[in-house]
Amino acid sequence: MRDVAVVGFTQSPSLRRETDRNEVEILIPVIQELRAQTGITNDEVDFVCSGSSDYLAGSSFAFISGLDAVGAWPPICESHVEMDGAWALYEAWVKIQMGYADVALVYGFGKPSMGDVPLTMALQLDPYMMMPLWPDAISVAALQARMGLDAGIYSERDMAERAVRDRGNAKSSDVAQVKGDFTVDGILADPYIANPLRKHDCAPISDGASAMIIATADVANRLQDRPAWIRGFEHICEPMDFGVRDLNASRSTEIAAEKAGVRSDKIDVAELSAPFTHQQILIERALGLDDATNINPSGGALAGNPIMAVGLSRIGEAAKRVWDGSADRAVAHATSGPCLQQNLVCLLEGN
Amino acid sequence: MAELTAVVGIGQTKYQSKHLDHSMPSLVRVAAEKALADADCTWADIDAVILGKAPDMFEGVMMPELWLNDAIGGAYKPMLRVHTAGSVGGSTGIVAASMVQSGIHERVLCVAFEKQSESNATWALSISMPFSLASVAGAGGYFAPLVRGYMRRSGAPEDTGIRVAVKDRQNALKNPLAHLQLEDISFDMVANSPMLWDPIRYLETCPSSDGACAMVMESEALASKRSNKVAWIHATEMRSEPTQFSGRDQVMPQATLDNSKALYKKAGITNPRKELDCAEIYVPFSWFEPMWMEGMRIAPINEGWKMTYEGATALDGDFPVNMSGGVLSSNPIGASGLIRFAEAARQVRGIADAHQVDGAKKALGHAYGGGSQYFSTWIVSSEKP
Repeated sequence: MRDVAVVGFTQSPSLRRETDRNEVEILIPVIQELRAQTGITNDEVDFVCSGSSDYLAGSSFAFISGLDAVGAWPPICESHVEMDGAWALYEAWVKIQMGYADVALVYGFGKPSMGDVPLTMALQLDPYMMMPLWPDAISVAALQARMGLDAGIYSERDMAERAVRDRGNAKSSDVAQVKGDFTVDGILADPYIANPLRKHDCAPISDGASAMIIATADVANRLQDRPAWIRGFEHICEPMDFGVRDLNASRSTEIAAEKAGVRSDKIDVAELSAPFTHQQILIERALGLDDATNINPSGGALAGNPIMAVGLSRIGEAAKRVWDGSADRAVAHATSGPCLQQNLVCLLEGN
Repeated sequence: MAELTAVVGIGQTKYQSKHLDHSMPSLVRVAAEKALADADCTWADIDAVILGKAPDMFEGVMMPELWLNDAIGGAYKPMLRVHTAGSVGGSTGIVAASMVQSGIHERVLCVAFEKQSESNATWALSISMPFSLASVAGAGGYFAPLVRGYMRRSGAPEDTGIRVAVKDRQNALKNPLAHLQLEDISFDMVANSPMLWDPIRYLETCPSSDGACAMVMESEALASKRSNKVAWIHATEMRSEPTQFSGRDQVMPQATLDNSKALYKKAGITNPRKELDCAEIYVPFSWFEPMWMEGMRIAPINEGWKMTYEGATALDGDFPVNMSGGVLSSNPIGASGLIRFAEAARQVRGIADAHQVDGAKKALGHAYGGGSQYFSTWIVSSEKP
């Protein structure tokens, strides 16, 4: 394996609604800032990969306009996944491993405010058997949360604690959308929006974009005193159907974490992108995290949730903690699909 | 540094207007099972799966790879979904290959599909977005002016496109999987078909198809042990450029010229016309055969039409192109690129049945997409590099 590190990361503020900018206009300053941060110009980038979803934009080939933000001229080596940018990063990392590239630029973006996201997400479900019922994403997650509560895996208080923790952490973030001092009792006094989920159990809906540069050792050591070396990078997908998998655990995260070597030593920082509080708990358990780990110092997905960029942003936030020395070992997580169907784990180290 | 990788299994469904006999999961599964059978593998032998398809609105399922993951054997395995516009099938093959070339996996399965009968492709391509220029032309209306541009520059005879269409449709008659089977195809039949987007006639366009294509690829260590022929991947390449800007040459985009140059350099090819035995090129509208012969540097600029005219690109010509019948005969959009890559692999494995080019050892697979702006290509051979 070649040594590859995260050397640059930028993101737009997570906003409930970008009223005046389209996706390209959101992306352009993020890419420009990334260039300024790293000093890497287009001709030094060997491979570009992006993640986005046509259904968020409401049009086919919505990702093509992203080329205008990176400036694909002269023509570039480029690919796209219809997935969170974290998986675009994985494809770029593979290209570096095979020797096709030494420096790669990756971005993810989404502007979900243009539609009704919980309902749009119903279109991910089996179109013959489930989708015609239009089960919205919050209701589907609520069914999973109810299963966990009934099984005694967590309590509503445990769930509320995650919201308090993450939104409190987000106070130090300049890109977070939902932040502040909340209390568990205060949250538990709120009404349900889809029993047993309260508004505070749900990640916000955010417009936003993020971008990253990864590079081999020569470039990484030139750009960063403490590059965030990618020491484990794994992703696993479960079947979608709810009846064929354990919804009270995240088996795919467990497998990915095992293969990535997450549990082999102490984890200083974890950045998780589970969009519901009960799913945060399931991911913490799957990764084997405890009080020794600073979980979601940025606020995580519960503080800002730019769909299709939120996973890539977790890797970026984890990398920042490695760069500044506050973490020697950090783990980042991305998820996709209903009820944590597909999960990605990226292990970063300072040495 | 890249590990040598080979195509060891290929599976395809029949291509047709409506696969009423298949749901989406069964369509992709049939192609995948055929590829596994060809590779003499089971589901358990696959380390990772890659799924490619064109816009999700073609079927109305958001990120359908999540739902289809089980059908393509991806349960509790790594799964990636590729989408690079019309070139996506080719890109899917390239991403799958990179999983093995990187040394991360030993054996991967890739599947690309489109089930266009589930929705309406022209609707899906024509949604008008706020503050964006809407061409409301569909693909044919978009590409017709580019063909006109090519005709003006090259001085190609007006009937060049007709000749391509006749040739590809004749080839399709030798391929039982091809969607269009026009037994009485002739020059006059194409010439007299309705003009859809001047200068593109009805029989010079691709159909709208349901279908899936799958491939199994594996490492040199595994593939070398096989007794049957495999297709060694000599080079892959991708290039993209923006849709529109002042001065962009949409007729002969820089991205295709850059792509072919880089591809041949990697494959150690200096004279593609001589060193390649055949090519399966993405030709959704007849005129793109001569255009991409030039884009792929197989013919000099403005002279690609001569290859068509002289019969060089016919199945019995000196440089056969689109032996399977091409995109003109079958077009499940998201799979179309992978079908091109698969046909190149079939040729060098010597398993292309009635459309086999005798003794083919080295072949080119090609896909393009968007507004002639995404290009993915590969070169495969019966011999190791």
